[in-house]
Amino acid sequence: MDVITLLIDGIFTALQPLNLGLALLGVVIGLFVGAMPGLGSVNGVAILLPFTFVIQQITGSVSSPMIFLAAIYYGAMYGGAISSITLGIPGASTAVATTFDGRPLALQGKADRALVIAALASFVGGTVSTILFTGAAPLLASVALKFGNPEIFALMLLAFATFVGLGGDDIPKTIISICLGLILSAVGFDIISGAPRLLLFDSTAWFSRGIQFLVLAIGVYGIGEMLWTINSTRYKTEMTEARITLGRMRAALAGASEAWKGTLIGSLLGFFVGILPAAGATPGSLMAYGVAKMVSKDPSKFGHGEPDGVAAPESANNSASTGAMLPMMTLGIPGSPTTAVLLAGMVIWGLTPGPRLFTDQPDFVWPLIGSFYISNLIAVVMNLAFIPLFLRVLRMPFTILAPLIFVLSVVGVFAAYQNIYDVWLMLFFGIGAFFLRILNYPLAPAVLAIVLGPIAEPTLRQSLILSDGSWMIFLNRPIAGPITIVAIVLILLPLVGLIRRRLLRR
Amino acid sequence: MKLFKSMAFGLAAMGALTAAQSAGAFEPTKPVDFVIMAGKGGGADKMARLMQSIVEANGMSSRPLVPVNKSGGSGAEALVAMMNASDPDHAIMVTLNSFFTTPLRQPGLGVDIMTFAPVGRMAEDTFVLWVHKDEGISSFDEFLAEAKDRGSGWVMGGTGSAQEDQIITNYLNDTYGLEIKYIPYKGGGAVAKDLAGRQINSSVNNPSEALGFYESGDVIPLVAFTDERLPMFPDVPTLRETGQEFAYFMQRAVVGAPGMSDDALAYYTALFDQVYNSPEWQKYKSDKSLLGDYLNGDGLRDYWQTQRERHETILRASGDIK
Repeated sequence: MDVITLLIDGIFTALQPLNLGLALLGVVIGLFVGAMPGLGSVNGVAILLPFTFVIQQITGSVSSPMIFLAAIYYGAMYGGAISSITLGIPGASTAVATTFDGRPLALQGKADRALVIAALASFVGGTVSTILFTGAAPLLASVALKFGNPEIFALMLLAFATFVGLGGDDIPKTIISICLGLILSAVGFDIISGAPRLLLFDSTAWFSRGIQFLVLAIGVYGIGEMLWTINSTRYKTEMTEARITLGRMRAALAGASEAWKGTLIGSLLGFFVGILPAAGATPGSLMAYGVAKMVSKDPSKFGHGEPDGVAAPESANNSASTGAMLPMMTLGIPGSPTTAVLLAGMVIWGLTPGPRLFTDQPDFVWPLIGSFYISNLIAVVMNLAFIPLFLRVLRMPFTILAPLIFVLSVVGVFAAYQNIYDVWLMLFFGIGAFFLRILNYPLAPAVLAIVLGPIAEPTLRQSLILSDGSWMIFLNRPIAGPITIVAIVLILLPLVGLIRRRLLRR
Repeated sequence: MKLFKSMAFGLAAMGALTAAQSAGAFEPTKPVDFVIMAGKGGGADKMARLMQSIVEANGMSSRPLVPVNKSGGSGAEALVAMMNASDPDHAIMVTLNSFFTTPLRQPGLGVDIMTFAPVGRMAEDTFVLWVHKDEGISSFDEFLAEAKDRGSGWVMGGTGSAQEDQIITNYLNDTYGLEIKYIPYKGGGAVAKDLAGRQINSSVNNPSEALGFYESGDVIPLVAFTDERLPMFPDVPTLRETGQEFAYFMQRAVVGAPGMSDDALAYYTALFDQVYNSPEWQKYKSDKSLLGDYLNGDGLRDYWQTQRERHETILRASGDIK
């Protein structure tokens, strides 16, 4: 049977009432956990994993439990944008980049536009990646295998370079911000030597796990943003205007096409980053944001309410979450924290994820792929339908909203890690971020660094062990080489610009 | 058939319940913290979630087990959390061999593993030497010749440093005069993938980690570090057959927090006895080439004692502890 026949069969299986109901339920749960700060797809999937055992017993099919969990995964990718835009707190780590421009849009009274763009970009991202997945899964799996440590490090270097090279922000400050994030990401136990690092206060309970990404992200974008808003609106009580009428909604839908560039970048880049093991949707969305900013005609608009800045990370996180399914299913290794839990699920249901899954378990694979299409459709429709409801949040005066943000941030961090120390750290980061912002430091690079640091550092050191310390390993390998060169060029580009300006001035 | 199965379960559950009740009638009064001393998606994590699902699906416990991953510092975070558990009767943990090595390497933690409550050893995971099929090697002897030839150009990938995989690698280097270069990874999945992609030359993955690529024919097993040949790989010799007195296993045990009451310990021992004897667990055990019988009480404590002494000798020899 060829792919099309298999896919159509799969879609029909996914459309059976029970599977459709599970997908619907999963999307709703996903939207909810995604929108709740602190709870992300990984929590939703982990909490409901034992329940899938029951589903499997009832349906007797291995694909139904996975359809359910995959729907939660997708729903959460859509849901994450909601609180990022309306409250400015990232609903999940995957939606951090969405706050960069989503929140400014909401403050300008264009929350409806931001939400519509987020929903549609998510849909496009999810669908594009599903099509790529359908057509080329086994082929792409072999590409993923070609990415060893040097290749992955080169890619991380490229991600940092996109933030430094063409940011448009103050470059020294961007670099300092990246370094801050890298230092924070080094806290904890070193993977290579096993030695403890930067365990301040000599306390295992505080730092032995390292600093969790969400602690920083919610600190910076929840507490920090709240303080900033309080500070900047000190003398006036401001109410964010957020009316929604059918007319505005239609206009927003029609206007969404202006973000096509960000959506396209996010869809493709997100998928590619997603299929690389170790990466996942969070780095995917941050990198897509960086690239969208880089290729934009006017990068300075980013961070101040640029539609492409919402579309790129949103399409990327959906696209990457489908992409991350690929190494999970074909190589048996998770591309993201959520797929790690899904992988545990597959083992529980008695499947062996790996290169033979597509051949041995077509009854599992194709209904699941079919459900990707359907879950995405359900998610976009539900999301659009609920936008008026989400906008109500914005009509609250800030005097009510600020305490709400505070409580959600605290509860969110605690829910994610069940550790009170993380709550203190989050508050510390929030206050720190507020002062850095007053001093005009861009904070997105620090957030990027704490996500990519734990990937970049081990791959760098593993590569250097492999090469006996020779840095040429990043240049003389066929895939790593070109990526490294592009990254170096991007980092040097502002320097060239600077020299040129100096010469012209003469 | 299904009905029969669930009836059998019901009977088993009732039996265990009366057993637990006669021992003092401890029942959890709130959800039980089920700590995993490794990250999400790894071997220990998959196993813990499978046990949780078995308990859940068969209604073996009145209160749910709630998995909590505490992967920091090769299990240090989990060990400390268990020592400081506010309610030791509601805190259990799934362990690996870092249960032995981490307290040895970090005496500052003040962890004495003999104070933990011996709930039950669910299995012993096995280790097998794997190479990529395109390496052109089909036996352990050929492996030794090739690795010797390439010196430090031969790369072994493994999970963590000074842990199971590196212990075996060090053993091979010392015994056969090799200079295999060891690269630590975060988890067995990443090692398996990099072996399949030929980023590294060999691994000593658990069968469960390498199974996907073994079935697809990408990697081949050369030698098993077990006492007897594994039923899954009847043609793969053990290292013992080559004349070396070396076997190495990973304990997959459930332990209770230090200070757990005897009644609670009896309850959890009975609970995991049921899990161990469930068809789901037995199937998983044979599917993933796990060995080892159910051990509990003093039997498990004696096992810990032996393992701790053995790891102390190993780590002292490699210079990881002084």
